[in-house]
Amino acid sequence: MIEIQNVRKSFGSLEVLKGIDLTVHKGEVVTIIGGSGSGKSTLLTCINGLEPIASGRIVVDGIDVHGKGTNLDALRSKIGIVFQQWNAFPHYTGLENVMLAPRKVLGLTRQAAEEIALKHLTAVGLADKLTVYPTRLSGGQQQRMAIARALAMSPEYMLFDEVTSALDPMLVGEVLDTLRMLASQGMTMICVTHEMKFAREVSDRVAFFHRGVMAEIAPPDALFGAPREPETRAFLAATH
Amino acid sequence: MFNYSFRWNQALAALPQMLDGARVTLGIALQSMAIGLVLAVVLTLCRRSGNWFAAAIATGWVEIARNTPGLFQIYMAHFGLGAFGIHLSPFTALLSGIAFNNAGYLAENFRGALTAIPETQTRAARSLGLSGGQTFQLIVLPQMLRIAFLPTTNQMVWAILMTSLGVTVGMNADLAGVTQELNARSFRTFEFFAIAAVIYYLITKAVTLAARLVAWRLFIY
Repeated sequence: MIEIQNVRKSFGSLEVLKGIDLTVHKGEVVTIIGGSGSGKSTLLTCINGLEPIASGRIVVDGIDVHGKGTNLDALRSKIGIVFQQWNAFPHYTGLENVMLAPRKVLGLTRQAAEEIALKHLTAVGLADKLTVYPTRLSGGQQQRMAIARALAMSPEYMLFDEVTSALDPMLVGEVLDTLRMLASQGMTMICVTHEMKFAREVSDRVAFFHRGVMAEIAPPDALFGAPREPETRAFLAATH
Repeated sequence: MFNYSFRWNQALAALPQMLDGARVTLGIALQSMAIGLVLAVVLTLCRRSGNWFAAAIATGWVEIARNTPGLFQIYMAHFGLGAFGIHLSPFTALLSGIAFNNAGYLAENFRGALTAIPETQTRAARSLGLSGGQTFQLIVLPQMLRIAFLPTTNQMVWAILMTSLGVTVGMNADLAGVTQELNARSFRTFEFFAIAAVIYYLITKAVTLAARLVAWRLFIY
């Protein structure tokens, strides 16, 4: 369970998160929508401790992420995150990219890590790209590889930060299919996205962020069908 | 106006001796590069460490290495340290001086290379649970060395040419030292130094070519 309690964060004088409360239960898929600068991506990087917070608490399975003495490296191995920019490691092949963390963080043998990597690369449809370097892969393929890389750590939670935003429209579908597959397997996911159709289809709940505040959160039919807040209505009208 | 008559026999007869010197030259250059590379990585780590003292020492090193003559650096290693009772042999002084210079230049090359590696690479690595040290070693360092590879081969060429400054601290086993001694005995200055120049040229060309081959094999991505 991820519990976000009254979290505030600023970049300089700009407050980007103004007291966010959100609890995500095991097996739940929550998507976050909202305009640029609404704080939704920042929240994700706070959840795995990549960014510090100013006040409030984020608790993952009973562990205070920003608490003193929290072993962030250990915590991060159970929270996978995939970014808008896929960040493939260019000097490693597809297989090596995915094997790296299981070997170095979990301490698995080469053989065990390779088995896991192969399983996840096959699941995202990259079984034929094992020995290929990322520069030879399309954006969509690199993004799927990044997803496999995160999954290879057997995370209990997956955070997706606008994973299709930097992709050629032709390649968005293949990445969304991968996310759908994960959701159907019961993975606990928080997805920041601009893909409204996708949000509506896979989410248990959809949250709308506006200027650092979670303006509204509801099951997709309610949020898209009958938004309560005027900001939500305005945003949905503009994106449809 | 021009009454120097060329006599090449003597110089050509000394070619085996000069080639022995060339081997020493190449050896010093290679060792100085190996030491310089390790030191440059350490300097880079110091500058990134966030520890102001380590960063200040590293920055001072880089500033001195890059903004004073190589000759001065070799002199300091030989005569400068000698004033403090530390007596280095001509070989050690020459090697230390060039390694000091290499480390400074390479550290600066590395700094440039680091700016070409997106910060998001580090983020991605840390978010997988890799520690800061593992991230540097496995993700940042290999990419940094690749980006800095060409300037590094440049520095290798410099290191080869800088070995000739060894004559000023009494180094007599390298190519410049051997040539200088032959010259002193025969006064066939032009012939000996012309041959030495050709040998320097051939060494640097061979090293550059070898570096290209290494790069071609190593950087397949």
